[in-house]
This record gives sequence, structure tokens and C-alpha cells, in this order.
Amino acid sequence: MGRYALRRLAQMIPVFIGSTFLIFFMVYALGDPVAALFGDKAPDPATAARIRKELYLDEPLWRQYLHYMGQIFSGHFGTAFNGQPVTELMASAFPVTLRLTVVAVVFEMALGITLGVLSGLRRGRGLDTSVLLLTLVVVSVPTFVSGTVLQYLFGVSWGWARPSVSPEAPLNELLLPGVVLGLVSLAFTTRLTRTSIVENARADYVRTAVAKGLPRHRIVTRHLLRNSLIPVVTFIGTDIGALMGGAIVTERIFNIHGVGYQLYQGILRQNSPTVVGFVTILVIVFLLANLLVDLLYAVLDPRIRYA
Amino acid sequence: MTRLLEVRDLRVQFRTRDGIAEAVGGVSYGVDAGRTLAVLGESGSGKSVTAQAVMGILDSPPGRITGGEVLFRGRDLLTMRAEQRRRIRGAAMAMIFQDALSALNPVITVGAQLAEMYEVHRGMSRGDAQRRAVELMDRVRIPAAGQRAGDYPHQFSGGMRQRIMIAMAMALEPDLIIADEPTTALDVTVQAQVMDLLAELRREYAMGLVLITHDLGVVADVADTIAVMYAGRIVETAPVRDLYRRPAHPYTRGLLDSVPRVDHGGGQARRGHADHGRHGGHESHGVHGAHRGGKLYAIRGAPPSPLTMPSGCPFHPRCPRAQEVCRVERPPLYEVTTDAGTDAVANTGADTESGIGSGIGSDGRTSACHFWKEELHA
Repeated sequence: MGRYALRRLAQMIPVFIGSTFLIFFMVYALGDPVAALFGDKAPDPATAARIRKELYLDEPLWRQYLHYMGQIFSGHFGTAFNGQPVTELMASAFPVTLRLTVVAVVFEMALGITLGVLSGLRRGRGLDTSVLLLTLVVVSVPTFVSGTVLQYLFGVSWGWARPSVSPEAPLNELLLPGVVLGLVSLAFTTRLTRTSIVENARADYVRTAVAKGLPRHRIVTRHLLRNSLIPVVTFIGTDIGALMGGAIVTERIFNIHGVGYQLYQGILRQNSPTVVGFVTILVIVFLLANLLVDLLYAVLDPRIRYA
Repeated sequence: MTRLLEVRDLRVQFRTRDGIAEAVGGVSYGVDAGRTLAVLGESGSGKSVTAQAVMGILDSPPGRITGGEVLFRGRDLLTMRAEQRRRIRGAAMAMIFQDALSALNPVITVGAQLAEMYEVHRGMSRGDAQRRAVELMDRVRIPAAGQRAGDYPHQFSGGMRQRIMIAMAMALEPDLIIADEPTTALDVTVQAQVMDLLAELRREYAMGLVLITHDLGVVADVADTIAVMYAGRIVETAPVRDLYRRPAHPYTRGLLDSVPRVDHGGGQARRGHADHGRHGGHESHGVHGAHRGGKLYAIRGAPPSPLTMPSGCPFHPRCPRAQEVCRVERPPLYEVTTDAGTDAVANTGADTESGIGSGIGSDGRTSACHFWKEELHA
């Protein structure tokens, strides 16, 4: 297991280099950041050249990349063009998004697994059909629609939640945005759990458990659930990475100053150190989440042993 | 005397897309404490479905018990409350499945799966139950049981896994064990070991055993009585020696003839049955290779689909002895008497439904063939 984890960590290096280089390349292909710095006015050529020199922008792309990576590994993510260090932005943005993600994941796990198990055990009955229909609706509605509608209903009409989150983003204000963020994943989790339960309920070992005279709740919790949740845990694990990066829309709607918000601002203002820095961290988060899932998989299913 | 298990006129249907299939159409059999009943039949003959209905583990839907009784020590399991029946399952009657790899939970250690029996049914603490589980594994001769209790099913060989299955069934020393093809998935060399172990434990605890199999070789050594099933019905019941010596149903004879024999040339050597259908069998079906000068017999045709059951005797399309009456009239379960000389046979006159009680005694023979007499004396 230890050697497997090490090997997986080593495999992450080329993935990390490849993905960050792509991001770097794309961001710098967007346009001239120095020109963007001056807004509508045409920059003074001498000043522009000086800034380019300062920011290594006159070097070829691959040298810029190497320089940037070197800086990252010594902890310098650079400064945004407004002079604020990117690490400072990260320190304020990541905890917020992390809290938001936790709300979303807890919501999708608790509700998704419960609904999935219940409808899986009552396959073909009323509850199952309604859950299937409901998940279909939820999957079909894009986040910017569901987010805006829920914000209006809960935040404006009924006043049960704050329509806009304060900069400190305490957990209780993040409940509604968390639900919005986790909604689509909730539908996936529900369906995945249901399918898995239905499939496993017919398995021979469940029949054995019945033949052993075990009570129904024990058959479900001890024998059926553990096997059925293996694919669900895998999905949720990879989803954590996706949720953290994919909160752009939700954070915009609820004005949450998290990763998505900073990324959006960075893209809007062609603030390349911010964009590349944040995405680099997200890449690392994603890779680690995947590694964790793979290791967890072996814990859940003893048939999988990594050599 | 009430029998340990008595199944009376059990009927099971399956609802399928193509209609209702009667998988079990009025099966009756019984077994006494300390005795072994072998239920013999091809795949799809309903022998496993019957056992699942008895055990109460039928997949329903689509399966449904539509009639009959399952008396366990005189009490009808089918009308019993679910909770009461659950307490009997595993504790008083247990089941051994064919494929231990899929029948054991892949993510729980075998020790915990065995210990579970004691925790649930005996209310033991986890530690005590675990100790009993190790004893049990020792009892079925699993080497280094103490260490292996922490292993998962996939870490065991096929034979060892089946021993664990057996141990699980034996855990609470039940009165009745139903073994559904316990050796089919195993190597031939391991088959004998597992069968011996099963027989030994059955003797030791004086349990009743219902052995479901399609393997005539397995049956001969361990069974007291044999019930032969075909197309969801019992076609012949007899004490094991009588059945082997003088089958009273053409299907039974066909089965016996299709076993390769080393002592004489295949099924050919069986007396008295040379002309019926044997040639048809060869020509229409091919054979399984030459065998000591004779060709191995095969029953021609295939078992009927439960959706399109033939009229009259369900075996008549494949039967070498079939007459007009077989096509029209379903044969009742005749009581078979073998008294030499007297051919006076007591036809119970009963149909399958009512002939049960009288038809099957512990040593009584029955046959669902209009021409059982001819078959017996063939």
C-alpha cells in the first residue's frame, strides 16, 4: 500500500507539469496582460517595456513557465497586478470555498445516499419513481437557474436565508449556496446509490444473509450497504475536487469571495498570476482527491490490493 | 410421527415478460431426522426453486408461492409470521449454496461472517462469537483457522470456501440442512473431500439433509431416498438402492443410462432397455464419445420450457415409451410395489394433489408414469 501510494505520487508529477503548462500557455495566449493593465488607454511604450521586463514578459514562454514554477516551489505565487500577493488572496479565498464544499458534500452524501438506499430498496414503487423523476429534473436544470431561483425564494421572498453572503462567509450563511452547489451531484449520488443497491440486492451473498436468518436491518446495513457504497464513495471523492473548482457560478450568484470569485475576477481582468496560481492549487487538490479515492477503494474493498 | 420436513404439493410461479411460468408444479417430498433425501434433476427442473421456497429465500417478485404447505416439525412455515420464520432460518434449518465465492460477502472477513450467526441468534458478544467461529473453522478442518479467520473469502481456495459455507450452515447445529449442489463448482478431487465432510457432520449431529444435485455419483454414496424431478414435478421417489437397481420411470432410467460406467460399456449394458429411444438419442443428439465399445446414452431433446409445458405427461416428447395416453393424460403419482411375482399393484388412484400423504412413505416408492410397471420389469 505504501509503495503504491508513493508510485501514485510520482505519477502525479508529469500530470502536474502538463496541466499547469497548459493553463499557463492558455492564459498567456488570451492576450497582452500589460495592455489590459492600462485599460482603454494606449500604454506608453517605454513604461510597457519596463513592466514587461520586470514581469519577465519579454522572455520566451517556456522560460517564463520555468521561472514561474521555480517561484511557486519556493512559495512565491507572485502578486496580482493590483499589488496584492496571490498567496494572500488564496489564504482568504480557499477557506471559504472549502467550507462551501463541505456543506455541499455533506448535503449530497446525507440526502443522496438516504434517498438512493430508500428508492433502491423500494424499486418500482411510488417513492422510487418520484425520486427518479426528481433527480432527472435536478440534473436538467443548470446551476445558474436553480441558484437564482432558490436565492429568490429563500433569500428574497421568504427571507429564510441571506441572499448574499458576507465577506467572512460563516458556515450558516453558506447553507443555501452549499445546497445549490451540491444539487447536481446530489442527483448523481442518489441515482448511483439506487442502481448499486438494486444490483447488489440480487447478489448471492445477500441471499445467504437472508438464509442465515439475519434481521432485515442487519442485512441492509451490514451486508448490502457496504458493498453498494463502494462506487458512491469513489464518485464523491472525485466530486470534491470538481466542486471546489466548479463553484464559480454559485459563488457569483451569492457573492461569495471564494476561489471561484477570485478566479472569475482574475480572468475578467486578465490577471494571470491569480488565474495560474489558483488553478495550480486546484490541480493539486484534484490530484490528491483522486489519490485518496484510490486508497480508500482498497480499504473498502479487500479484493483490491495494490502491489 | 411428524416428519422433520414435509413438503406438500408446493407450487411456485414466476411472472415473466412472456407470461406466468410454473417453475414448481405440485412437489411433495419429505425427510426424517438423521436421513438424507437427494433431489435429482436437470437444471431448470425446479429443484433449487423448491429448496428456496422451503428456505424462504425465493426471489419475490418475480417468484411467488401459489400453493402447498411446507411443514417443519409439523408447523407450516408458509403461514408462519415472518419474524418467527426468520428465527428458524439459519438456526433450525440452514442452507449450503453452490458457489461459495459469490454466496459469501466479499468485503467481510470469513470469521466475522461465521461469528454473525452466534451474535444474531445466540446474542453472544463479539469476542465469544469470534472464538466460536474459529472453533467452527477448525471443525471443518481449515488449517491455521485462528489466523485465517481474518481473511476474506477471495483469499481461500474453492474447497476451503465451501468448507466455510458448510461451517456457516452447521454453526447452530440445525436439525435440517439443505445443500444446493454443494460440490458442483469444485474440482473432482475436492468434491469427494467436501462430500465426505458433509456426510460426517450430518452423522455426528444427526441432522436431516436435503441434497440437491444433478450428479448421480454423489447421490449413490450418501442418500437414503431419492426424489427425481422433471419439469417442476417429482416423477419418481424411491430408496436409493431400489432406484438404481430398478427405476420405475423412463426419465430415471434415461438419467442412469447416461452416466458413463467403467464396469460395463456405457449405458448399453443396462439390461432390457436396448431398443427404446436409444438410437433416437444417438441420431438426434450426438453422443459424448465412444465408451468401451458402446456409445454413451443421452436422453434426446431438451427439457420443456415452463412457459410451454407439454400436455399430458411433461416427459412424453422425450420418452421412448410414450403412448397416446401419455400425450393426453397427466400421470398421477402411482404407488410402486415391487413384490416379486405379484403384479397386483395398488394404484392409489389419486392425482398428484391428494396422493401425497399416502404416496410417499419413508420407504414407499412412487412413480409418475402410466407405464411404471413395464418400466420396472423391463
